[in-house]
This record gives sequence, structure tokens and C-alpha cells, in this order.
Amino acid sequence: MGFEKFGRKSYTAQTKVAEFVDRLAQGEICATRCRSCGRIYFPPRADCSFCLGDAMEWVKIPETGKLASFTRVYYAPAGFEADVPYTLALVNFGDVKVFGRLSSAVEESTIKIGMDLKPIVLEMPDGQITYEFIPVEECGR
Amino acid sequence: MSRDVAIIGVGQTKFTRNYQGSLREMVFEAFAEALRDAGITAREIGASLICSAPEYDKQRSPAGLLAEYLGLNPQPTFVLESICSSSTTGVRVGYSLIKAGLHDVVAVIGFQKMSEISSAESQERMGRGADIMWEAPFGSMMPAYYAMHAQAHFARYGTTEEDLALIRVKASKYGALNERAVFRKELTVEQCLNSAVVSSPLKVYDCCANADGASCLILANADRAKAISAKPVWILGLGAASETMSLTGREALDGLRAARLAAREAYQMAGLTPGEIDVAEVHDCFTIAELMAYEDLGFAEPGKGVELIRNGQTSLGGRIPVNVDGGLLSKGHPIGATGGSQVRTIVLQLRGEAGPMQVPGAEIGLVHNIGGVGIYSNVIILGR
Repeated sequence: MGFEKFGRKSYTAQTKVAEFVDRLAQGEICATRCRSCGRIYFPPRADCSFCLGDAMEWVKIPETGKLASFTRVYYAPAGFEADVPYTLALVNFGDVKVFGRLSSAVEESTIKIGMDLKPIVLEMPDGQITYEFIPVEECGR
Repeated sequence: MSRDVAIIGVGQTKFTRNYQGSLREMVFEAFAEALRDAGITAREIGASLICSAPEYDKQRSPAGLLAEYLGLNPQPTFVLESICSSSTTGVRVGYSLIKAGLHDVVAVIGFQKMSEISSAESQERMGRGADIMWEAPFGSMMPAYYAMHAQAHFARYGTTEEDLALIRVKASKYGALNERAVFRKELTVEQCLNSAVVSSPLKVYDCCANADGASCLILANADRAKAISAKPVWILGLGAASETMSLTGREALDGLRAARLAAREAYQMAGLTPGEIDVAEVHDCFTIAELMAYEDLGFAEPGKGVELIRNGQTSLGGRIPVNVDGGLLSKGHPIGATGGSQVRTIVLQLRGEAGPMQVPGAEIGLVHNIGGVGIYSNVIILGR
């Protein structure tokens, strides 16, 4: 599986971190960690700009993070019209921040910066695979 | 404070929704106005810097085409790009070429003819002005990114949608005075608050309009400037910085770090402080962007920018008039032309030629021009 499977619409097919998508299919959302200097990167990357190392290992991101910011999108760019409205979010997991969508099922009035969120893997009918964030208290249901 | 490079000529087309002519004809208008303003001919220009964001216009490698049409062959020409801040990047490179002694006179030409594609296509391209591997696949776009900055600012400082509406009301008031602006209607707070939500909390009137337009600046070294121009406007300070393209690399979203760094550098080079600026043009692609600019430029402490707009301090007659030409919000935002248009406004202000928008006695002006969502930042301080 190549990186063209990632997200609603991918603009990239080939990347050295395409394994991210395979791991996503296994239910894991991973960052990369530099084996030389230990820095952790999300988005995952193949190269370390601090020590120039290119030996990376995959590490799962923490189970929960806190909402850093969000927006509910009502007007979509070309290719995303069918999805509106949808919520974009930036979530802080401590060592890394992750950009993505907050579940559309979450009412905008209940969204609060700082709330606890958990990422889940989402497979779309057309075969695309992605992740989205859901409030932590809903996870047990 | 150095006075080595001056702006001796400025030109700009009217910014319109749909320019009735070709790209080359549109750029010619701005170029001809700048040449007449400077009182020179194309033969006296040593190099042309063509500033534009690719993919909005059909013409590829526009420098070659424009140098021919403007009569600038065989002098060197090339394209510079930093999306929405392309033409102030042009000023930075033009300044360097002149200071290095490679050229005496340089033309900085900015343009965009956005009407060649649809608004949804344009948002898709703007979305690809962010990380295309890790953010664009979620349907990101410029209003959404700035909306996320607004939500962060609201949460941290208690800023409200009404505060942002006040910024648009101010822009519309001055846009109505500016014959070159695309949006000439005056708006009320209610109209702003009742406009459709684009990306919460930003509504239609929190967003600038796409537009067609071109701008041109003629830069010269001190000898040529003094010989040619009765009213040279000097580049006193320049600052530039960059920030991670991905939001995941940023410490906070309630301001733009690159803007703060560029401002610090520009103030330092000019030997000036924020309190000494008489008039400013800031990159208000969205209302929240102007509010963050107040704070990033040091006109207000972080979180206190709202007091400037609530108290009218950034209007004509206030402590630091900002965007009294309508800003991007009302003047329109033809990406590559915008920085040049901002510089033109300040040059006219410092010459005392800004008409109904004039800040009386303005001596020092500042331009803040941002590319993408705070990815590229240029701050320029000008003085007469």
C-alpha cells in the first residue's frame, strides 16, 4: 500500500515513510524517532535535521492528547466538497502535535480547547485510510 | 539609520474581481505608472524582479514574457516567490542587488490574475501552500488555518467575534475611500457578524477577496535616487524570517513567530521602536491576521491588540493608523501584487500624497507582509 491511500485525498504517492499507512491499517498511529539522537517527529520523517541521521524507528504516539486549536469548515477546497461541514484540529500529544480532523459527530458548541482527545483509525468506503480524533469519554462506548 | 536604497517610483492597477485584459496588459499598467512616477524609462532599469505565486496564472515562467512586453530585454529578469509575500521578498532582493553594486536601479513587479481559476480551485491551491503530505489531505485551506489561530487567540485572551468585526468595519470604511480597492462598500458590525461562516469563527467578511491586480516599485541607489527623485522614500529597515510550514511544528497559534522575528530585525536595522511608527500596512488577509499583527509588531502587548481596535487607535487620527487604504480585506489580495501595493501605500503616505487616507505629517511607515499562514514574513520600515 502506498501513501496515495492516506487521507480523503492524497497528493503524494511515494515516500520513505509510506509504512505509516501500513501501520495505520493495523490500528497504530506512529511517529518516527531518530535512532542517533532520539528526537521524535510527527509528521513522521525519514531524515533527522538535527543530527543528519537517517536511521528512524516507528513509535506509537500517546493514547490521548489535548486539543490545541480547531475550526469547523463550511466551505471546502476543490475535492472536499462532499465532506462539509468538517472540523480540522491540532492536537498536542506532548512530544508531538498531530494535525487532522475531529469527528464530525462532535457538536461544535461542545468543543473546547484543552479537551482530551484520542485518535482512531478510519477506513473510508473508497479505500482511503485516515485517522480522526474523538473525545476521550466516548472511547469506552 | 542608513539611507542607501530608495523607492523612487510606485504604480498599481485598480484591484478588480476580473481584469478585462491579459496578464501582460495588466502588469503593463502598473509598470507604466511606476516609470512615469519615477520619471525614468525602461532602459534605465538594470534588472526586473518578477514576483508572483505559481499556478494561479496560466502563463509559466512569467519573467521572460513580462520582460519582453515591458521593454526590459536584455536586462536580467527572474521570478521570486514566497506566496503572498512575494513582492516584499522582491524588495529585499532588490535592496541586496543595489547594495551589492550589481545594479543602480531595479524594478520589483508583482502580480496575480486569480480570475483565471475558480474560487474552489484557488482554495485548493492555497491549501497546497501548506504541507501537502500531512495537512492538505484533510481538506485544509487558508481560512481554516487562520481560523485555528483565531480560536487559539480567543481561548487564550478572550478576544471575540465582535472584535474581529470591528477590524473589518475599519477596513471597509477606508476601502470606500480607495479608488484602487475591489470592495468599496462600508459594512456594519451586524453585517459582518451575520455573514455566512466560512471556517469558524471566520465569516465571509472576515476574509479578504481574491482579486486581479499588479504593482510595481522602482528602487534606486542613493546617487541615482537623489539625481532622479524629488521625493525619494528610503528603506530604513528590513526584516525577514520563516516558520515551519506545518502547524505541528509551532509553539503557539495565537501569534506568528516569523512576524515577531522579522519585526525585531527591521526595528533594529532602522534604529527605531514600534512607538515611532506613524502609519502601517499590515497583512490582513483575515481579520485575525491584523489583530495578531498589532501584537507581533509591538503596537500592543500580546493579548492587548483588541484595545487598539476597540478604542479606534488604529484608525485615522488614532495612535497608529493601520491599513487606512482598506487593507487586503477591502482593497483585495492579488497574491503576488499585495506586498508592492502595501509599500506603494506607505510611499504615498510619506510623500503626503495619500489623499483622503492621508495620515497628517507621516514620516516613518511600516509594511508587514506575510506569505502563507505565517510561513514567510517580511517587515519593511520606510522613511522620507
